[in-house]
Amino acid sequence: MIGLRQTAKVAFAAALLGSVSMVAALAGEVDNYSPVTQQRLENPEPGNWLLYRRTYDGHGYSPLNQINSTNVKNLEPVWTFATGVNEGHEAPPMVNNGVMFVATPYGQVIALNAKTGDLIWRYKHTLPEDLFQLHPTSRGVAMWQDKLFLAATDDHLIAIDAKTGKELWNTKVQDYKKGQYMTLEPLVVNGKVMVGGSGGEYGVRGYVAAYDADTGKEIWRTFTVPEPNQPGGNTWRGDDWKHGGGSVWITGTYDPKRNIAYWGTGNAAPWPGDQHPGDNLYTTSVIALNPDNGKMVGYHQYHQNDSWDWDEIDAPILIHDMSENGQTIDALVHPARDGYLWVLKQTPAGIEFVSGKPFVGQNAFKGIEPETGRPIVDPEHKPTTGKDVSFCPSLWGGKDWPSASYNPETKLVYIPANNNMCETLKGEKQKLVVGQLWLGADADHAKLIPGADHIGELQAWDPATSKQVWVHKFPKTQLFASTLTTGGDLVFVGGTNDRMFHAFDAKTGDLLWQMKTNSGIMGMPVAFEVDGTEYIAVQSGWGVDAQRIQDMLAKTDWKLNPDVPQGGVVWVFAVKH
Amino acid sequence: MSNDRRTDDKTCCCDPVRRSLLQLGAVATAAALLPGKARADDEDDPRRMERPQVGDFLVYAGGDQEGALIIEGALNVGDEPVLAWATDPSRKILRDGTRLNQILVVRLDPSTMDAETKSHAAAGFLAYSAICTHMQCTVTGWIPEKQILHCPCHQSEYDPRHDAKVVGGPAPRPLAALPLRMVDGKLQVAGEFIGKVGMNKQTM
Ligand code: FES
Repeated sequence: MIGLRQTAKVAFAAALLGSVSMVAALAGEVDNYSPVTQQRLENPEPGNWLLYRRTYDGHGYSPLNQINSTNVKNLEPVWTFATGVNEGHEAPPMVNNGVMFVATPYGQVIALNAKTGDLIWRYKHTLPEDLFQLHPTSRGVAMWQDKLFLAATDDHLIAIDAKTGKELWNTKVQDYKKGQYMTLEPLVVNGKVMVGGSGGEYGVRGYVAAYDADTGKEIWRTFTVPEPNQPGGNTWRGDDWKHGGGSVWITGTYDPKRNIAYWGTGNAAPWPGDQHPGDNLYTTSVIALNPDNGKMVGYHQYHQNDSWDWDEIDAPILIHDMSENGQTIDALVHPARDGYLWVLKQTPAGIEFVSGKPFVGQNAFKGIEPETGRPIVDPEHKPTTGKDVSFCPSLWGGKDWPSASYNPETKLVYIPANNNMCETLKGEKQKLVVGQLWLGADADHAKLIPGADHIGELQAWDPATSKQVWVHKFPKTQLFASTLTTGGDLVFVGGTNDRMFHAFDAKTGDLLWQMKTNSGIMGMPVAFEVDGTEYIAVQSGWGVDAQRIQDMLAKTDWKLNPDVPQGGVVWVFAVKH
Repeated sequence: MSNDRRTDDKTCCCDPVRRSLLQLGAVATAAALLPGKARADDEDDPRRMERPQVGDFLVYAGGDQEGALIIEGALNVGDEPVLAWATDPSRKILRDGTRLNQILVVRLDPSTMDAETKSHAAAGFLAYSAICTHMQCTVTGWIPEKQILHCPCHQSEYDPRHDAKVVGGPAPRPLAALPLRMVDGKLQVAGEFIGKVGMNKQTM
């Protein structure tokens, strides 16, 4: 963990470096591109954003502090860039020494001069004409050496030349015709490009797989649902494992000290648990994999026999040397879709439970077993076949896939939460038909709790004490976007249906600045620096589940307009000097 | 967005019992999963990719009667729709080479249809592309109380009595309509798809 003084020094050094190595953009080509090495991924320069959450530990934290709680009120747009497409723009703008790479829905990657917004090149993957997309989105491109890696919704993993935008290799991972697709930003460790498959709503079997960054050849594949003769196989009935879900939608985190990659896994399939009795390992879990060979070296299942569509796909935030109850632990912190803030720890034996506490209204668990962390489920609120069952939070959970962030200065976790929204599900037997949606339930019945005046809550928690420190409530809107926190004592988040981009005081939760953008923001904000100036960047482009919640809200007493405008724009902000 | 009624939709919601076409007429997207006779020797026949042609008959795409012709007695008015493929008149070519050829067939009371819709109907049978114009999922849901077709992916709703116009959800356009006629008690294609099948290509 870098201290304040150290941070300042590093930032200054990086500013110098940035001015020296500032990229020149020739027409259609990047000059002087800085190759991305393992050393850089493990110790990224403060001015760059080279990984999904900037650092392997998933903090979503930038040490930059030029933009801070004192001057953020003067934040203003520097440039914008229209992506040309609709739907959910969820990817962080990745930045490597002055070049920005933006992934958008429909398999597009755009390289921009991060300082000026000038287009350098644009790559467009041709998607098959018969593709169906439950989640038409991309959560970003990964970087390694002079390549970028795109996991596309037609289930192809594609390597792109970062300098020219030319496709270098293109590997079919699985078959989109079977409902297998990818939405995540890959995770690269030592030249292995790791991806995981989406598709838990199509009866797939989840996996994490690694590919050689140079050749695109598959190196290993580890399924998140075991075969009957494998460890955990006895937690499934009969052939249920073959289409048991456990999708991997979101980029893993990585601990270089232990050489372990942590991945979150999705719901068991289909939704109602009585249709797949058993604990259903390793769905709704965190799994620990050795990135060299894919061997599973630990796991923790947050809740068993998932029946609520509570994917736990967001990988845990890793906090080394966290003091917890007088001990120092290497913590794994996960604000979960099941509405609990889970704190786990890494031990030589694997992952151990530390604590769990609800951060939103939750009626499905009566409590948790203190030793194991296993939830004690209330059957009254566990969906089953042939019966209407209501439960809170809704299937979008206390926090869906958008990431929380952790600020090592404030030592707080910033959670984009949704409260006051519950769900009624009725399980029904549905035949699995390859390539068709397979929920096993009649969905789309989320409701507000009576009298609710808000859903979205930005919550700050101290993970060491599992105490909420502050909360900001957003009236009459969901909060559906990842948070960014910075060394300037700030938290940035979009996510609301009023199209605002917000900046909060990280210590107090005071709203310090906001600005309306073209569309609603589902994108992950980032901070970067070029030539000594700090910038904040985010994509504004509403769609996918944020819009589905909006459609639901339009049918409630709030009578919201379901029409949140779509169309992606990259926004870059700075403070005027 | 001519048919997008998202902002003034009054038909939405309540608590409809959504039934699914899955149990009745299941479609396999991978053609190999269908044991249709016509296909066995003709895997690469480009005619399998062609959209339904005038004179084609319709057959069940899945379920117990997979591959059987859809005849006049197949459905009662208001029954759940079934999923179908077109087959050439000799029944040698099943046009299942792409999922974009999936058809849904529903039977409704002609007196409830508007004039345009009625002109495509045969004995109350209507056929539409089963490919949602939003993100191309298969439209497998049916809300019997409202006689509305429902797409499970993002909840688009289409009214089959009014040319499958959009009455809910994000779909931008109606489903493409496939004109029908009845020939010797069998459903036959009377014209090419009216309207575009599937979604608009995103343009850059
Ligand atoms: S694909 Fe049908 S509603 Fe989206």
